[in-house]
Amino acid sequence: MPDILEVENLQVRLFDRTGPVLAVRGVSLSVGRGEVVALVGESGCGKSVTALSLLRLLPRDAEVSGSIRVDGHNVLDLSPAQIRTIRGGDVAMVFQEPMTSLNPAFSVGNQIAEVLRLHQGLRGAEASARALELMRMVGIGDAEKRLRSFPHELSGGMRQRVMIAMALAGEPKLLILDEPTTALDVTTQAQILDIVRDLRARTGMAILLITHDLGVVADIADRVVVMYAGAKVEEADVYDLFQAPRHPYSAGLLGALPGSALAQEQAGRPRLAEIPGMVPMLRAPLDSCAFAARCQSATDECRAQAPLLEQVGPGAGHAVACFHPEPATTVSV
Amino acid sequence: MSDALLEVERLVMQFRPRRGTGGGWVHAVRDVSFTVGKGEILGLVGETGSGKTTVGKCIVRLLNPTAGTVIFDGQDITRVPRSKLRGLRARIQMVFQDPYSSLDPRMTVAQIVAEPLQAHTAASRGETRARAAKAIERVGLSAPVLKRLPHELSGGQRQRVGLARALVLEPELLIADEPVSALDVSVRAGILNLLADLQRSMGFSCLFITHDLSVAEFLCDRVAVMYLGEIVEVGTREELFADPRHPYTQSLLAAAPVPDPVRQRERSGVRLTGEPASNVAPPLGCGLHPRCPLADERCVAEAPDFTTVSASGHLARCHRVQEQLVAAAVPHQDRDDH
Repeated sequence: MPDILEVENLQVRLFDRTGPVLAVRGVSLSVGRGEVVALVGESGCGKSVTALSLLRLLPRDAEVSGSIRVDGHNVLDLSPAQIRTIRGGDVAMVFQEPMTSLNPAFSVGNQIAEVLRLHQGLRGAEASARALELMRMVGIGDAEKRLRSFPHELSGGMRQRVMIAMALAGEPKLLILDEPTTALDVTTQAQILDIVRDLRARTGMAILLITHDLGVVADIADRVVVMYAGAKVEEADVYDLFQAPRHPYSAGLLGALPGSALAQEQAGRPRLAEIPGMVPMLRAPLDSCAFAARCQSATDECRAQAPLLEQVGPGAGHAVACFHPEPATTVSV
Repeated sequence: MSDALLEVERLVMQFRPRRGTGGGWVHAVRDVSFTVGKGEILGLVGETGSGKTTVGKCIVRLLNPTAGTVIFDGQDITRVPRSKLRGLRARIQMVFQDPYSSLDPRMTVAQIVAEPLQAHTAASRGETRARAAKAIERVGLSAPVLKRLPHELSGGQRQRVGLARALVLEPELLIADEPVSALDVSVRAGILNLLADLQRSMGFSCLFITHDLSVAEFLCDRVAVMYLGEIVEVGTREELFADPRHPYTQSLLAAAPVPDPVRQRERSGVRLTGEPASNVAPPLGCGLHPRCPLADERCVAEAPDFTTVSASGHLARCHRVQEQLVAAAVPHQDRDDH
């Protein structure tokens, strides 16, 4: 069986008022069945655009090339009717802001039942019973009453649970979570992550988690893909990435975190690692490393050509796009 | 405390919003007391709706508190008439979360940073310009930025301008309300380092309001944790993070994931169930009791008072903490009896 998601050389060009933006530049990634892969990066790195392109949810004028295979089918070749059966069916997506993703005019029970009608062919009492079951699965207390609630009557955490229940209604093989806990408080975030972990164990579905929060990644991911300026700069098993980040950008991100192992390691006065400058927005292809301008290890080589992704170790499947990767020494915690 | 610059005593703030509560009062801050020492950074940590921002606004009198006192350098701010506030405002400055909406889009950086000088000092034009330029340099920006408009700057640069504006008058107290929450990780690190450096070189006191425990741990000398309008625990950074006593602090620490998969996956801890109670009708007894795994009848019936955990000023507002300390003290008495 092929991986549930296989993305090859994805390129996305978006257009704003001043012209084209190269939002995604040749990203390849895969998510195995039952695997949790985190797509990590800061604002503007292209992680959300990558996620949206998987279900063809980008603006109509976006130019997308490459191949996106979901359970073996190339998403980019599907007709609008075919893509609709995949969305909310084999592949479901949960967004950051549950309030804008829910329809304010319908009860949440109604909205969950709609997915059940469309994708599972359930009707009436059967759909209601299943909606109730799904709401209990995501930890919504007093589910009978909540079924009749409207989105505005629920807290942010409850709405996000409803979104996850809706996503589960189609029994997806792949769940895409786009910053699912970013708008929530940490105690609510912990509850949502517990639910996600539990659902994955029970249903065996694969998860693609889009996030900027490395704490969340450390908590639930199996594998991590780090993006910078629209490109994949590093990919590794979660333990390898946190223990021995090889790309200077990944290492910089970890060092910039107040609670990370790397930040703690510096002796004397606590000091966070800084990455000078800012993430560039690319309007034309680059013939250099996109991170070179902010990188302390950059040389003329980095400014003259773009590094390709290469296997480096220490672990299997650890790849980095850098001419001068960080040493593979393990950081002591 | 004699070396306290700011003493907040039994602060209460209630609102009556026009809609949404059915005419009920919102108890945003319920009886909050704390001090900020000279040259100290106190972290005020809490989740959405805990009242931490309201506390900050009461201190700068953007809000008039319902009850309680805010004593700044011996003077009760809550009793100062509006006409006399100006002098105090020069000594207490504020930095806000959103660097996009807290800077006037039509003013250049030079004008933004010079404005407090024009409002509060009689400095000449030349002197104002020189002091603004120095403030900009102090926050790590270079002179060309002075001619720019806010929209031409990155988020990190804007927050630096906000800091320069707040510090140009060399205030004694800085109220920083989530100043790094809207920033990306790599930018945030620079602002946090800068704040730590500026505090050391300029010596101001700071009330640092944040929802992010790791940020508080990095920056603050002492930390106070708020829940539902009350401070539930306060202590030095070392004690609070190494030995949190209140179940809410414990669960907050347990809930914040550590960016290290090895440690994160070994962790276990108190998990709160449910969501914070409404601050329109806060629960009787301890505010946390509907969610607290340790709650019993006493917590439902009786609001706990602060228990002193250690001599360094570590306090926790919890019946269980009090009982643990009493229980721990008993065996010593037994030994004395024999």
